[in-house]
Amino acid sequence: MGHIKLTNVAKSFGSIDVLHEINLEIADSEFVVFVGPSGCGKSTLLRIIAGLEKPTGGELAIDGKVVNSVPAADRGLAMVFQSYALYPHMSVRQNLAFGLENTKMPTAEITERIGEAARMLEIERYLDRRPGQLSGGQRQRVAIGRAIVRRPVAFLLDEPLSNLDAELRGSTRAEIAALHSRLSATMIYVTHDQVEAMTLADRIVVLRAGRIEQIGTPMELYNSPTNRFVAGFIGSPHMNFLEGTVESSSSGKAVATFAGGHRLDLPVDDASVATGSRVTLGVRPQHVSIGTGTEGISAKIKLVEALGSETIVHTDVAGQKILVVAPGQHDLAPGADIRLSLSAAPLHLFNEKGLRLEHAL
Amino acid sequence: MSRAVEFLFRRKGGKGWHWTDIVTWVWLVGGLFIMFGPAVWLVGSSFKSPAALAEFPPTILPYVTQKATVEAYDKPLDLYEVTLEDGSKATLAEVRRIGVVSQMVDPVKPGEIVKVNIANRTPVRQMSFAAENYTEPFTHFDFVRYLWNSVFVTVTATLITLVVNSMAAFALSKYEFRGRTFAMLLILATLMVPLSVIMVPLYSIVSVLGLFNNLWGVILPTVATPTGVFILRQYMLTIPDELIDAARMDKASEWQIYWRIILPLTAPALAVLAIFSVVWRWNDFLWPLIVLSRKELYTLQVGLSIYSGELNVQWHFILAMTVVTMIPVVLVFLFLQRFITTGIAGTGLK
Repeated sequence: MGHIKLTNVAKSFGSIDVLHEINLEIADSEFVVFVGPSGCGKSTLLRIIAGLEKPTGGELAIDGKVVNSVPAADRGLAMVFQSYALYPHMSVRQNLAFGLENTKMPTAEITERIGEAARMLEIERYLDRRPGQLSGGQRQRVAIGRAIVRRPVAFLLDEPLSNLDAELRGSTRAEIAALHSRLSATMIYVTHDQVEAMTLADRIVVLRAGRIEQIGTPMELYNSPTNRFVAGFIGSPHMNFLEGTVESSSSGKAVATFAGGHRLDLPVDDASVATGSRVTLGVRPQHVSIGTGTEGISAKIKLVEALGSETIVHTDVAGQKILVVAPGQHDLAPGADIRLSLSAAPLHLFNEKGLRLEHAL
Repeated sequence: MSRAVEFLFRRKGGKGWHWTDIVTWVWLVGGLFIMFGPAVWLVGSSFKSPAALAEFPPTILPYVTQKATVEAYDKPLDLYEVTLEDGSKATLAEVRRIGVVSQMVDPVKPGEIVKVNIANRTPVRQMSFAAENYTEPFTHFDFVRYLWNSVFVTVTATLITLVVNSMAAFALSKYEFRGRTFAMLLILATLMVPLSVIMVPLYSIVSVLGLFNNLWGVILPTVATPTGVFILRQYMLTIPDELIDAARMDKASEWQIYWRIILPLTAPALAVLAIFSVVWRWNDFLWPLIVLSRKELYTLQVGLSIYSGELNVQWHFILAMTVVTMIPVVLVFLFLQRFITTGIAGTGLK
């Protein structure tokens, strides 16, 4: 049980609107990730669901019941905070027990639940220590443990991995995924790290400036971003964009001229774009290939980053930066001229407003 | 020892005397005398007999003139070091003094009177501690009763101060409400109102409440202190709000958040305020003097004023009892000075 529905939820602090008309439905035992740049309102949205902030408009329902005026503690949710927010003056055991004691739960059951959570998270050895005596990773586990013992209908996680080092982040990410499949509870996870979003989520909600830009599975977001922002935000390194103008064509396929005078066939028919309108062509760095001979777009190499398994080439095409990720190792030097080929690439096309133009094919 | 000397004589740049070195030295040594002089004089003088206190010039340490019991004289006589006319020195006892001539007698040969000019004699003095300055008040003066009153007022007032001020500080630091800053400024503004201004209205309130001649009349008006609210609020602002959010998610009531989360985490600031409060309440004089008029309710500070009568001030008892009343405060400073200095550093308070 952990079905959460938001209808037209809005939030403003004074005259500043931080969330506009958020509509979102989260199914039971779904793993949803809110992702977006800092200041996009994703943490505020999570705090509204938690009950720590009151929405200034709209309706929030958990399992079909409107909970707008239900206090945080009675919503049956548990939250893991970015700073862990462990009570520094209490032992780990007391930290885990605090929430249960407040519900007047019998001591025997509290002990049992703490034991179970401690076993699951392997923190049994630290139960009598204070948070100050634990490492970052251990504190993280305690923070998750404090949520688990509550047996909530949904877990809310606010950037839980951002205070861990890179290595620990990877392993904890896997543990959270394992925990989700074991508990099969609804989880809402806030992050600005798209790798976490892609690997953990059943569905990703991309937010920008208080609005939902797109909701979809990680692959939907990657393969068909609905607008330029999502296209640029999801994927690493981010998508290349080429600005161009649509030209008249006779073949039935739209053609556009891009910087440097390159003419490219667009992946839409000419009826869907007006002649003379400006369009943006998006292509992922992984899909650009280094061409041979005189075919393709001429580019100048600015920087080469060789990672061994792949090579990231920063190039300049008539003033526009194009990144290329070529698998394997390449003997390239900055300053050299190369040819880039887009022939095999899945192309994304966005209109002047940055909205995706659907492929006709 | 050599390190202490090196520390004391350390100079700017390590060589030569810069004028700032001299100013610093004079300033610090002068400060040392100004701060410690009265305290040392107080402790020394508290052991003096009334006669020694009246002496001029005063001494730091308690000296008395030695006395000797001489045959044929009822009272013990004062002993003097005398330079005789032939230049020899002797220790003689003074029988009486007429003008500039003192009639003296040798304690060994009591029959023979020697006349000596008073310029040629100096009293034989020895250190003597008049312990009765301390012991007598305990028997005559109701010291234990006053001590109990003082302890009761200090402890109760401090406990209530901590609770009341921390509650105000909690609200002013952790709740968002309209006029929060204004409320804080208003509380701080009361720092500028001296006791003498509010004394009369305060007296009528205490009197209407029936707390006149009651220790609670001393305690209650003092418990809400702007300084205390300020110290605690500034400290509570440093406690992360996420802890409170976490406690709310953990179904803690607002009272539990205050009592189980905020108060334990504010302990260092509470310790500082407790120290200040103990010192303030212990040293309070004017307000208890106004509220308490029955002798058995006096606090120590008020009780001390008994010794300054209209006609006669018993300085030796006042001084001795002042030393006794200082002891708790001195102990507080000795053992808790670490907290006090951090508290002062943290709040910029005197």
